[in-house]
Amino acid sequence: MEISRHWRLKQQRYALVGEVCPHCDVKIFPPRDVCPVCGGEAKTTFAFSGKGEVFSYTTIYEAPTGYDQTVPYTIALVKLDEGPMITAQLTDLGEQPVEIGMPVEMVTRKLRNDGDERGVIVYGYKFRPAWKMPSQA
Amino acid sequence: MSDVILAGIGQTEVGEHWDRSLRSLAAEAVRQALSDSGGLRPQALFVGNMFAPILSRQAHLGALVADFSDLTGVEAVTVEAAGASGGAALRQGYLAIQSGLVDVALVVGVEKMTDQVGFGVEEALATTTDSDYEAVAGLTLAAQAALVMRRYMTEYRVPADGFAGFALTAHAHGAGNKFAMFQKAIKPETYARAEMVCEPLNLFDVAPNADGAAAVLLTRRDLLSKNFQHPLVRIAGAGVATDTLALHDRADLLWFDAAHLATARALKQAGASLDAIDFFEYHDSFSIYAALSLEANGFAQRGVGWKLAAEGALALNGKFPCATMGGLKARGFAGGATGVYQAVEAATQLRGAAGKNQLNGVQMGMIQSLGGPASTAVTHILERIDI
Repeated sequence: MEISRHWRLKQQRYALVGEVCPHCDVKIFPPRDVCPVCGGEAKTTFAFSGKGEVFSYTTIYEAPTGYDQTVPYTIALVKLDEGPMITAQLTDLGEQPVEIGMPVEMVTRKLRNDGDERGVIVYGYKFRPAWKMPSQA
Repeated sequence: MSDVILAGIGQTEVGEHWDRSLRSLAAEAVRQALSDSGGLRPQALFVGNMFAPILSRQAHLGALVADFSDLTGVEAVTVEAAGASGGAALRQGYLAIQSGLVDVALVVGVEKMTDQVGFGVEEALATTTDSDYEAVAGLTLAAQAALVMRRYMTEYRVPADGFAGFALTAHAHGAGNKFAMFQKAIKPETYARAEMVCEPLNLFDVAPNADGAAAVLLTRRDLLSKNFQHPLVRIAGAGVATDTLALHDRADLLWFDAAHLATARALKQAGASLDAIDFFEYHDSFSIYAALSLEANGFAQRGVGWKLAAEGALALNGKFPCATMGGLKARGFAGGATGVYQAVEAATQLRGAAGKNQLNGVQMGMIQSLGGPASTAVTHILERIDI
């Protein structure tokens, strides 16, 4: 049971809330309160759009405890439109092959089971192929 | 300041030691190192280990190893820096001697990876990543390496079997190391046919998890006994550096900056240039990391590190021998013991005692261990002193 550890990250896990540097406007995720570019204090919250593209990806067959029920799964480095890169699973892929540069968008999904039936189910962000208007498809 | 000498070395066989415990492996390596030194007694013990608290439910290894090595009373602590734990422990031993406060320091790297199997091991390995932002997504260490490797192969247009040379080199060298987990050379077809672990990473791009312990006894040159039995090997330079913990926070995914910085610091201290390095024990936990280490350390231009392996340059008779006793791939990846194994192997080469794998006329060797994708890098430069 690791309730507080996951609870305190709910803003990041459910809404991709990071920070923006008030000095140089760099967008920061995950929040670290210090701008990695200019070194200034950066505590202004910033909600990311959840849009991005696949920078690299692979498929996992041998998973850690808590993830073993969902193998195989695809995991990616996603470059967010606002700049930062994050690590997340890809989901809702269907038959669509994954490729570098593929546009994706954030969705909320179950990440892992924390042990037995009384354990916490951890929810958070995954990414799916970006939805397009039918006319654009 | 007197030179810091590797006065005693010891190592156990690397493998799946179902019948051996953490403490018995460590004690065996310690006994060998003490005996090899001609009877020096340590005042301080630094234990490099990454997973005992998780996989063996055993923390407090300083006291444990001291106790079961018949060294009770000695100052002892554990040093942890993921896969670089052993290298980091060696660094602490070196600093202790250099400080002048400790005359004889014992450095032990020990890892017991097989006390659990399956999902639990992957979970333990994943704790070395960013737990809140990497491991929570189900990332594994192999997947992390695969993400880097795919990007590397895409950007530099590396063919599908481009990394085969690393496994071929490692296994060829493991064949001459009686402590290695794998002592058999492999053929290119074996690599080409191997199953995928995390595409594009196949089974032979991944070093096998294993149990093992290695130990090094350090002292000042002026404290060695008059009848010391071995050629003298000193630590000429040491450097440690860090990078972002999470892979996704790297400004440049294909550059191991910590490896670059650690080596620059070690070379500066040694007063040596890269040309003086006769061989390199790199951290080939994954073949892509060996390639990036060669590049970050300046032994290859960016994007062509893999070609050194493909061309055979890293072989014992090549122009720049690497992983001379099998590396992590063939000797086996005994977690936090790795950096100490590298020190033992490099000292063996410099003493001229490497048997079938002996390099000719080597004077200076470099060892480097990495924590994760070089989130920590530890470099030591070892040098033979001719009297």
